[in-house]
Amino acid sequence: MQNIVQNIQTLPISYYLFFCSGLFCIGVIGVLIKRNALVILMSIELMINSINLLLAAFSAYSNDPAGQIFVFFIMVVAAAEVAIGLAIIVVIFRSTNSLDIDVLNKLKW
Amino acid sequence: MKLIVTLIPLLPFFGFLILGLGFRRIPKRISSYIAPGTVFLSFFLSLVVFFSLLRQPGSHIIELFNWIRVGNLSVPFSFLIDPLSCLMLLIITGVGFLIHLYSVGYMYEDPGYNRFFAFMNLFVFSMLILVMGSNYVIMFIGWEGVGLCSYLLIGFWFRNQSFNDAAKKAFIMNRIGDLGFLLGIFLIFITFHSVEYSKVFLLAKSYPIGTGLLFAVTLLLFIGAVGKSAQIPLYTWLPDAMAGPTPVSALIHAATMVTAGVYMVARSNLLYALSPATMLIIGITGTATALLAATIALLQNDIKKILAYSTISQLGYMFLGLSIGAFTGAMFHLTTHAFFKALLFLAVGSVIHALGGEQDIRNMGGLRKSMPKTYWTFLAGTLAISGIPPLSGFFSKDEILLTVLTHNIFLWILATGGTMITAFYMFRLFFLTFIGNSRGTDGNRTKAHESPPVMTYPLMMLALLAAVGGFINIPQIFNGSARLEKFLDPVFKDGAGHSYPGYYFSGNYDEIMIIAVPLILTCVMIIFAYKRYAIEQRVPDEQNVLSKPFLNLISHKFYIDEIFDFLFVRPVLWLSKNFHDLVEIKLIDKLVNGAGTFTIWTGNKFRYIQTGHVGFYLFIMVFGIIAILLFNILIF
Repeated sequence: MQNIVQNIQTLPISYYLFFCSGLFCIGVIGVLIKRNALVILMSIELMINSINLLLAAFSAYSNDPAGQIFVFFIMVVAAAEVAIGLAIIVVIFRSTNSLDIDVLNKLKW
Repeated sequence: MKLIVTLIPLLPFFGFLILGLGFRRIPKRISSYIAPGTVFLSFFLSLVVFFSLLRQPGSHIIELFNWIRVGNLSVPFSFLIDPLSCLMLLIITGVGFLIHLYSVGYMYEDPGYNRFFAFMNLFVFSMLILVMGSNYVIMFIGWEGVGLCSYLLIGFWFRNQSFNDAAKKAFIMNRIGDLGFLLGIFLIFITFHSVEYSKVFLLAKSYPIGTGLLFAVTLLLFIGAVGKSAQIPLYTWLPDAMAGPTPVSALIHAATMVTAGVYMVARSNLLYALSPATMLIIGITGTATALLAATIALLQNDIKKILAYSTISQLGYMFLGLSIGAFTGAMFHLTTHAFFKALLFLAVGSVIHALGGEQDIRNMGGLRKSMPKTYWTFLAGTLAISGIPPLSGFFSKDEILLTVLTHNIFLWILATGGTMITAFYMFRLFFLTFIGNSRGTDGNRTKAHESPPVMTYPLMMLALLAAVGGFINIPQIFNGSARLEKFLDPVFKDGAGHSYPGYYFSGNYDEIMIIAVPLILTCVMIIFAYKRYAIEQRVPDEQNVLSKPFLNLISHKFYIDEIFDFLFVRPVLWLSKNFHDLVEIKLIDKLVNGAGTFTIWTGNKFRYIQTGHVGFYLFIMVFGIIAILLFNILIF
């Protein structure tokens, strides 16, 4: 076990930081720019996964398993959230027959 | 003992609660028993307390609970049973019961029957708290309570706006006095660090006579008495208070509430004895009030207003008695006055009731045949108030007058003059109402009937008390036992006899002559009234009165009401109107409405944020999160 950790620690942590930040930013841009509801959901998942990776990396670098336990929790919550999000999108699709979020603009002044 | 004493005020209070909460539901048959019943039970318990006090003399303090204890201030809710408060208890519950009984008959047709008795019971409760309190604060609670009940009962027939105005006037003038009273209590607390009678009087004994501090305290307390007991200048509310039902006038404005001021001064006799300057002021006020009110009563034509002015006048006598140190005399006169004044008011109510609401004596006359019981009891009351022996008024008035004579002969002359005027206007009232030919309408003549027993029985009881009540305190010169004086001696022994320096008439005088001469003069006045009003039957003539300037002045009550209106009422109304127009409308309304307008304007501008576009919402979410992140990083 210690071998794996030591092998991981040969890589400086900044690599993980940059990588996860990049993934996160891609996810954010995807949420803001895309019009397809499913793609937005996928971008949100991308953001979640980048956080998971970062947590696992920090956990490995500081030898504290708490980070990885937290990743488990996040995965559970992500799964539940996706289930509900997809259910909502299915219902919206049934009533408007479109996946474009610009169609949902009735709740305004 | 504690239970009995606690029950005495509690029973009328329960009567008030029951009738006040259930006034729509409780039928008249039942409430006719509840209200007089509670007062009767209180009277019975007061008798028990009285007899136990006779067996075990001394004052007892019964503490109910510790009410206020803050730092230095300790005000327990406790009652004081001593001869003075016992006397007042008997008067309040005894006369109060008779008046409640009378009201069962008088107010029976009135739709507000239950409400009336609820207020009357509340009044009896407040008055009992006033006299039973063992410190000034408890007295003040009762003081305020009776003022409130006075307002409620004067404005009882609230649909008439002028009655409401009379009630407001009574309450406001009372309040002016209450301010003085309250300031007096504050000063007492600051000086003596306690408001309990026992402690205050004990500490006051060490003060020399005539200190400025005690002068201020007694003067402030007296201002309270001026308001409550209708002395100059706060007396104009009492004639207007006749707007209330007659039993109210009898109970509140004759027998009990207006005597609260007298009781207060009698209770604080030690403080007043140490302050001769205040005694002088009280004496001047009392005498002036007695004479002024008696003069005004000479030319009044409303039957109740005459009695109202007579009450003010008799209260002036009581204060005169207090001012010269005749505390027992004043309390004696208070007692007999309660009897005969309540009697007079109730008899007058009987007349008004029989004549269907007629109150002007110019429209009455010849009621002797149709209302014999009222006639004889009214005669008893009139004889009592004029001071004819052997009725009670003679003994009580004479006790005061004798003490006045030894103090200052000039005052004695004035007081005796007042007595003569009293006899004259009371018999004027009596003759014009009952003797002679009827001047009323034909309907009134046939309608006039004697009142039912529930109303005549209290009249007869009160007539009996007015007749024989004097025998509780026959002075030594008549070989009497002076029982009341001995009974009240422990309360007054420190204060009695002290007063402001006067011209002590120490010359030789025959006491019998001093009593007989005013008596003879009074009888002369009565005969004069008889000749003028019974034989010649001179009906008070408006034109005759208005033509002579002096009579005109008296008939318009010396224009005092108009003067007060000009000096006080108009400026306040002017101020109120200007505050409304300038401050309320231009300033406060603008501010308050402005708050609302501002909120609407802001909302109007902000609503455009809700575009409905999901992408925009997502963008704002992300933007917000980044903003918070940056904010936190910059802070730390």
